[in-house]
Order: sequence, then C-alpha cells, then structure tokens
Amino acid sequence: MTPTAGSYRRRRFVERVMFTLAGIATASSIGILIFLLGYIAVHGVTALSLDFFTNLPAPVGEPGGGMANAIVGSAKILLVAALVGIPVGFVGGIYLAEYGRSGLAFWVRYAADVLNGVPSIVIGITVYALIVRPFGHFSTLAGGFALGLMMIPVALRSTEEFLRLVPSSLREASLALGAPTWVTIMRVVVPAGIRGIVTGLLLALARVAGETAPLLFTALNNRFWSPGWRAPTASLPVMIFTYAIAPYDDWHRQAWAGGLVLLTLVLGANILARLLMHGGRARGGA
Amino acid sequence: MVAGIDIALPRPSTAPGAQTTPPVKIMVRDLTVRYGEIVALDAVSMDIPSHRVTALIGPSGCGKSSFLRCLNRMNDHLPGARVLGQVMIDNDPLYHPSVDPVALRRRVGMVFQKSNPFPKSIFDNVAFGPRVHGVRDAVQLRGIVERTLRQAALWDEVADRLDRSALDLSGGQQQRLCIARALAVDPEILLMDEPASALDPIATAKIEELIHELKSAYTIVIVTHNMQQAARVSDLTAYFYLGRLIEFGPTERLFTNPTRQETEDYITGRFG
Repeated sequence: MTPTAGSYRRRRFVERVMFTLAGIATASSIGILIFLLGYIAVHGVTALSLDFFTNLPAPVGEPGGGMANAIVGSAKILLVAALVGIPVGFVGGIYLAEYGRSGLAFWVRYAADVLNGVPSIVIGITVYALIVRPFGHFSTLAGGFALGLMMIPVALRSTEEFLRLVPSSLREASLALGAPTWVTIMRVVVPAGIRGIVTGLLLALARVAGETAPLLFTALNNRFWSPGWRAPTASLPVMIFTYAIAPYDDWHRQAWAGGLVLLTLVLGANILARLLMHGGRARGGA
Repeated sequence: MVAGIDIALPRPSTAPGAQTTPPVKIMVRDLTVRYGEIVALDAVSMDIPSHRVTALIGPSGCGKSSFLRCLNRMNDHLPGARVLGQVMIDNDPLYHPSVDPVALRRRVGMVFQKSNPFPKSIFDNVAFGPRVHGVRDAVQLRGIVERTLRQAALWDEVADRLDRSALDLSGGQQQRLCIARALAVDPEILLMDEPASALDPIATAKIEELIHELKSAYTIVIVTHNMQQAARVSDLTAYFYLGRLIEFGPTERLFTNPTRQETEDYITGRFG
C-alpha cells in the first residue's frame, strides 16, 4: 500500500504533534525538578553558615543557632533504619530472586508491595504503639525502626530485580562446577549484581531520609543533643516541619536551609548511586 | 528408576581378535525426560565409551541438549522436568536418592553454548572450582590455573594478565577459559553443548583441536549442530530425532554408510 500525498501529510502532522507533546511533558518534569532545586537553594543558602552545622537551635525568640543536633539525629536514625531495612531487604531479595518459585514467594512479594503502599503516618502510629508506648518514651531507636520498616519493601524488591538481571548462565556455570546453590549465590550471583544491589539499597535509604510523618510519633523532636539511642531526638525533616510552621522569620529561613541540606544529601546519594551503576557497566559487571 | 540394572553391560571385549573396545564410561538405559506434557527424550539407551569423543547431532528440539543435561543432572534445576530411566557413570547410578548432584558435578564438567565467564579475573575464574572444593593454598591454586590454561591452549595468550577481567577476552578466548575452568575441578567427563556455535571459524578450529587433545584424558560428549564438526572431532556419533535415538555408531560409518533412512536424510541435508 503506497501512501498518498494526503495521508503522508497527515502522518507528518500527527508525528509533529506527538513529538511536541512528548517534548513538553519531558521538559516540564525536568523543569519542575530544576525549579524546586533552584527555589530551595535560593531561599536556603541565605541561612546557611558554619553555625547552622555546628550550633544547637537558639532559644525561642533569639536569632541565630543551627541544626547540628538535627543533622546528627537524622544520621543516627538512618543508621538504625539501615540496620533494620538492609538485612531484611537484602536477604529477602535473595530469597525471592533465587528460591522464589513457591507460593510463599508470591505472598512475600505481595506483602512487600502492600507494605510499600502503607501510608507513612500509619507506619508511625504502628511503631508508636509497638515500641514507644511499651518503652514509655520517644527515641532514636523507634524513629529508626519506623524508617527501617519503610525501607524493607523497596530494598527487597530492588535487590530481587538486580539479582534477576544476573544471567542464569552464570548460575549454571557455577552449579556445573559442583558449587552448591548457596555458594553459587554468595560467590557468583551476588557479586555479579552487587553494584546494582548497593545502588538500590542506597536509594531506599535516601527515600526514607526525607520522611517526616513516621518520625512525629517515634523520634519526636528535641531542641538539644539527644544522648544515646533511647531519648527523643531532632531530625532534619521534623525540624524543617517545626520551623516552617513557626511564626518567626528567622526560623523560616532556617527551615529553608534545612531543606537545602536534606535535599543535597538525598541528591548526593542519588548521584553516588548513579556513579556506582555507571562504573559497574563500564567494567562489564553488575 | 524403572530400567533394570541387570541389563548386560557391554564390557570391554576380551574376545580374541576383536578390535579393542574402550570401556563404557556412561551407560544410559531408557532415559526419558518430560517437561510437563512434552516428552523431550523418549527411552534413550546408549553406552558412551571412555576416552572417546561422542557427538550428539540432530535438528533443533530433538532432545540432544536435554540428554546432555541429564548427564550432570542440570535438569534438576528446571522446574517441571521429570527424568525417568537409568544413567550410570562407572556403574554408579546417577539418578539415585543417595546421589548428591553437587558432588556428582565435580566428576562431570560442562561447557556451555555461550561462553559464560564470571565477571571476575581470569585467575579467579579458573580457580573458582578448586576454591569451592576447598583448595586454599596459593601455590597449589596457581599450579592448577597454569596447568588447565595450558590444557585449554590459552596460557600463552593470558599468562601476563591473569588478574585482568575475563570479560575483556575475545569470544573464542572466553570459551577456552570456560573449558579451563571446567577442567580445573578435575572432572572425568566433559560435556560440551555446542561449544563453538557462537565462534568464528578460526576460534572454532582451536576449540576442535583442543577437543582432540583432551580426549586422551577425558570422556567427551559434545552436542553440535554442525555435522562437519561432528565428523571432524568425534569418534562416535549419535543421531537424535524427535526425542529418540535413531542411530548410534562410529562416526565414520554413520556418515558414510548410515543404516537408518532418517539418519541418511539428515546428514545428506534433505531436512533439518
């Protein structure tokens, strides 16, 4: 069937329209990101100073002060979250990818997807009931546990996905050499996919780093240093929330600065993840 | 486990005047493989002699690869595969509940159609098997690596870059590396599943030369789509069609004077 001149023109027209629409969609999604980054940078950078990173929040009503305790608090919470979320997600992902043919695996996958969809505030309430109430106080541990729970489904599924990308010919090669299944997994399959797995875990951690709702009921907040692991602690997201709704201009500026710091950390984790993956491809691994 | 073990084994002929027949290494009786409803292999019986190259030929889907994968129980890993019948290696039954397929695979090495080196260094690829089986001594490992790379005719090309990634090697080198890796666990049998089908003619010639040299030390079973290759490298040839073993005999006889019409049709290129 040879197209007539008319139908050819019409096709050209449709092609242009679709191309333009796709272009607009792409530009706006990137545009929103750039706008967001720029807006936060412009507002946040004015309050950024060495004090911001080294000082405790100033007493209410006094200008100045910083968020040092919130930065350290966030780091501690994320450490606990990583200790909860990474082992469960990693080992569970191995199970799903390497042994997951049974009916049980279907339910694990399904449960992970449902858990992923559970609103973060609900996770917060649950951890409040499970840990905060029985122990009688808000704590870093409770906050980290809540974020760890949120990490599990993401870590689990990303580990599974990256293990599935490892060609089965490598598993066969190892098995044919007389290696048992678990040796094959630990010495061949996991090393072959490790860059992707680490990337996925890093992104899962970055994703929960900005969560606020689960921390409101678990880590609460603290205007001072939080000793150890069992006391309420400040964290960047909750600090931003508190400062942003407060009636002081100085606090608003600090909230922007906190947002900038948090965004930079998350962005940094994403870029690091990218580099890891890219390095993997260049070497032919992962 | 239906096939009787009591079927008389064709032992090395002791009859005077008979040509010396090598001992049977792998004895297969009524081997049947089903994938769900599909019968991939239908009651195949054959005796594969020691220290010979046995080629399995036949059109795609004829069951030759399924047959090969029964010999080291790689089919165990395919969901839904059922294996019936008897396979014996040196009179040890292969499909017996007491047999550990993991231990078995040390005795039966395998080289795959597409070279599949691990994303590790050349050295670590070859040393993988020995390490898994408990060799820790660095000197010993180095000895194994050098010996098997020499056996695989790869040593001269890689001796100065053993720590480089195996993935930097060419396709033909990768396949020889995989052969070295298989040899490193000191198997008795080497299964090769179309080992040269993805290689250019020069690399193919090297692999074929290698097969020729290895047969003095190993029993080799090779699946090939290339009939000229079967004719070049093998001592015996088995022709499979639709899951059945149609004809099995000395390569020269099978190619010049096949007894079955189906075999003749296939090797003369009338189909397949």
